[in-house]
Amino acid sequence: MKDVKPKGGLNAEIQSRIGHQLRAMYDDVVRQGVPDRFAELIRKLDGAEAQAQIAGDPGKNEGGE
Amino acid sequence: MPLTDSLRDDILASVPSLRAFAISLSGNGDRADDLVQETLLRALANIDSFQVGSNLPAWLFTILRNLFRSDYRKRRREVEDADGSYAKTLKTQPAQNAHLEFEEFRAALEKLPQDQREALILVGASGFSYEDAATICGCAVGTIKSRVNRARSKLSALLYVDGAEDFGPDDTVRAVIGGSGG
Repeated sequence: MKDVKPKGGLNAEIQSRIGHQLRAMYDDVVRQGVPDRFAELIRKLDGAEAQAQIAGDPGKNEGGE
Repeated sequence: MPLTDSLRDDILASVPSLRAFAISLSGNGDRADDLVQETLLRALANIDSFQVGSNLPAWLFTILRNLFRSDYRKRRREVEDADGSYAKTLKTQPAQNAHLEFEEFRAALEKLPQDQREALILVGASGFSYEDAATICGCAVGTIKSRVNRARSKLSALLYVDGAEDFGPDDTVRAVIGGSGG
């Protein structure tokens, strides 16, 4: 099936399918909204606390699901 | 600027697309959420350096992108979790055909060089302009354009030429083919 191989320009249909797949993949995640973990984090922190978290133990705060 | 309530809300509103970007980059949901958390911490810690009126999503994406790249350098020798961890981040599992197609697309995306992958995602999925994508990646607009073009060519080759049979037709065509036998 060598005849489908795009040479210079891409087949328009293939391009639009790639674009569609890419957005579908991305939008699946976007539609999940903001997980509680991050809503909590932002609610609790102001700049100074964030600084302390980075300096301290950034990976430990995994309380929520 | 100081962290006002409205800025806080704007940051929160960027979280869904930051996660999508992180997952598209890393292909790994858990690692992506760690990246997002680190991004938020950095952003809040450096909020004073954010200029009022400048592009907040672009600023946040820049932080995430830079974190990912330094993280990636550290981890590049580790074995990737390639078996469907991305799918686990979905709330609803897609139907099996769609799921398979999805996994193959994700796998193809991961085969792209990192520069090309991030350019394609920023422009093709996040909806940034070429100019914003260039700012985020710290390169020229022309460089972004050529990376996006090369990414598209390579994906097309991976999915529709070399792997044409594996990938198969889209859902509509599949449904028609599948339904014509009865």
